[in-house]
Amino acid sequence: MKTSSRNIILICTFFMIGAFFFPFWKIILEAPQYPEGLEMKIWLYKITGDVEKINGLNHYIGMKLIHEDEFPEFKIMPWALGLLIAFGMFGAIMRKRTLIWSWVAALAVAGGVAFYDFYQWLYDYGHNLDPHAAIKVPGMSYQPPMLGYKQLLNFLAGSFPDIGGYLVIAAALGIVSVAVYEQFFRKK
Amino acid sequence: MKKIRLILVGMTLIALIGGSFTSCKPKKVGSLMAGDAAQKVYVAPGKFDDFYFFTSGGFSGQLGVYGLPSGRLLKNIPVFSQDPTTGWGYTEESKPMLNTSHGFVPWDDSHHPELSKTNGEDDGRWIFINGNNTPRIARIDLTTFRTVDIIEIPNAGGNHASPFCTENTEYVVGNSRFSVPLDGKDDVSITTFKENFKGAATFIKVDPQSGEMSVAFQIVVPGFNYDLARAGKGVSHDWMFFTSYNSEQAHNLLEVNASQNDKDFVMAINWKKAEELIAQGKGKKIPARYLHNMYDETTHSATSKEEKEVTIITAEEMPGVVYYVPCPKSPHGCDVSPDGKYIVASGKLAATIPVFSFEKLQKAIENKAFEGEVSGIPVLKYEEVLAGEVQQTGLGPLHTEFDDKGFAYTSFFVSSEIVKWDLEKRVVVDRAPTYYSIGHLCVPGGDSRKPSGKYVIALNKITKDRYLPTGPELTQSAQLFDISGEKMTLLLDFPTIGEPHYAQAIAAEKIVKNSKKFFKIEENTNPFAAKSEAEAKVVRKGNRVDVYMIAIRSHLNPDNIEGIKMGDEVYFHVTNLEQDWDVPHGFAVKGANNSELLIMPGETATLKWTPTRTGMFPFYCTDFCSALHQEMQGYARVSPASANVPLTFSGGATAAESK
Repeated sequence: MKTSSRNIILICTFFMIGAFFFPFWKIILEAPQYPEGLEMKIWLYKITGDVEKINGLNHYIGMKLIHEDEFPEFKIMPWALGLLIAFGMFGAIMRKRTLIWSWVAALAVAGGVAFYDFYQWLYDYGHNLDPHAAIKVPGMSYQPPMLGYKQLLNFLAGSFPDIGGYLVIAAALGIVSVAVYEQFFRKK
Repeated sequence: MKKIRLILVGMTLIALIGGSFTSCKPKKVGSLMAGDAAQKVYVAPGKFDDFYFFTSGGFSGQLGVYGLPSGRLLKNIPVFSQDPTTGWGYTEESKPMLNTSHGFVPWDDSHHPELSKTNGEDDGRWIFINGNNTPRIARIDLTTFRTVDIIEIPNAGGNHASPFCTENTEYVVGNSRFSVPLDGKDDVSITTFKENFKGAATFIKVDPQSGEMSVAFQIVVPGFNYDLARAGKGVSHDWMFFTSYNSEQAHNLLEVNASQNDKDFVMAINWKKAEELIAQGKGKKIPARYLHNMYDETTHSATSKEEKEVTIITAEEMPGVVYYVPCPKSPHGCDVSPDGKYIVASGKLAATIPVFSFEKLQKAIENKAFEGEVSGIPVLKYEEVLAGEVQQTGLGPLHTEFDDKGFAYTSFFVSSEIVKWDLEKRVVVDRAPTYYSIGHLCVPGGDSRKPSGKYVIALNKITKDRYLPTGPELTQSAQLFDISGEKMTLLLDFPTIGEPHYAQAIAAEKIVKNSKKFFKIEENTNPFAAKSEAEAKVVRKGNRVDVYMIAIRSHLNPDNIEGIKMGDEVYFHVTNLEQDWDVPHGFAVKGANNSELLIMPGETATLKWTPTRTGMFPFYCTDFCSALHQEMQGYARVSPASANVPLTFSGGATAAESK
């Protein structure tokens, strides 16, 4: 493996450390009464933003309250990402292509699990509604989108990566590119 | 034939003469309307105005807030008068704000808003306004647009020359329009006016951080009618100027008896010197009784404190503090130019405007250029202080403000117009009619070191044919003129609440950035606050029943209360648990003899309710808060005093769980 490839991977893993200091994902809600929008920021280990306001509004449709301590993920995710970063660094320092490929595989698995889990939560919040809720629209569920925008009654809900998310995505793309380059394009 | 010819000639002559008579009738000065006036005041939906415009409510006792240039009403801030809409002066928390040494006074006559200043410029922190009738000054916090401080002024009658402030808001002042004998020595014959009646030039200290007011000292001055005041600026920083009329010291039929002297006075006070004398212990502490009421933003409650003494100095005993400058005739405004060099006085029964020079005033004092004295106070020679007079102005100059280009704008009550004149050349350059009977006028920042040259606003007493009639009582009004060009052009008329004696305007950005959105619930230290659903409860102590109620979209908790009995005094302490902007809740209960509550997010407010009969009393949220606002209600049951109904309550989460 070229020195520059190693360096790129190291830089990418440093980028990923940034995910500990910035929110990873965000959910945006806009409505006529909230022109400024409400935002929920999901970090690796906590939720910030207008959670109280969102909870206050969600009770009309019977959605469960969003509480940080109900998510065991917040205890697991920092470790998972930490391990991934350490593994990436190790692979780079060892300069082993196979290690890098296994890193990519690990990332794919972790990402897959994370998105599946995220989808489960969104589904749960969107469908498991209090039968005593004040506002019940037959056939209506309130599952926010995984990515992009979706209209939910008077609210336009959006779901997008935040800074931390973009850092990890950029880093992952960088490392995959290095792996592909090392595998297929490097002149032996 | 001759006769017919004669008749024809005669008729022609009559027609000619008649025609020339009617064409002789002088045309009225038409108001200059800008062709694009509508565009200049049009603030598109969703866009903001450039200026906040604060108008005194006059006999409404309140303070109006408008946007300029649109003239849209934004808020009516309750100050000296009870306001059932917000509960101001009705809630247990706000009632102490209207306490005075005369007891609870639920009304006043508010005249002059005054923005706080830093380095002579409006800083947007607070706005002060005077209560004329029961002498008081109020301070309104411009982060919450609420009255937070009201101080009573002892030894005063008709606090009209108030609450004008010094360049760094070191002091706001007050003075008697109706001179009275000192408190406690006032049971005397009215005919002893000259001997016993005094003015009290009052200097109220304003804490530079908290804004809290306190009476620093009063200067006892001769018993004239003190009308308006302005502080010096820059070179004249240490001075405060008051106008006075009734130098005749009449005590009856003032209309005639106080209009005899050709000249009354501008009173110049060296407040820095007075401050020094007080610091040297030259002041005298005399007993007095006045109240100071403060509103606390964390307890959401007001407290009244009784003050028992005040420091006075007597003008005639302290040479070098007070001087009189003769001024034609019954002056109203005395306004200091932005650079502090000139003092423009407006004699409301005069036809010229005298412009006094601060430099000449200093020289005249140095050279002892006195023409005599009044009650031991030196009267300076008019000519020695005068920079010049503005001639051929109009009739009845009242009040002057300045722009940023060296022009002054003076209102004329009698001739109902604004006259624009050149401050250095002292010549009239333009005039514009007002509809009708303008009192004060306002240029944004026009009393400060940095006036804006955009608008002048006329504050009119009479509107007659300007608006749709509304029975015998018609609206007062403000008129907006564009002064950015050479000629003043009328842009807009808009009605005001109460009488706009005076108004001040300030660039919006100075206030917008500090505007508060809600009160943090965790900072609420009201002893009766219920800061969560779990804290909602009803407690009985003898015949006092305290309801610790919460309000949150869309329920009140508790919402079912039984066990209240005749003879009980019920206190509904309602805490709004919302933590978002623009989500107030209201609270009203059937048969309440006071008002409703309007509770801002994070705030606690208390309504006292004494049931007058047994039965069922619905209560509900009065501010349309949400989709389920109509469901935000409850019941209180009132039973006879002898009844055996236990005190019970339920609501909110507890009620839902027990289902």
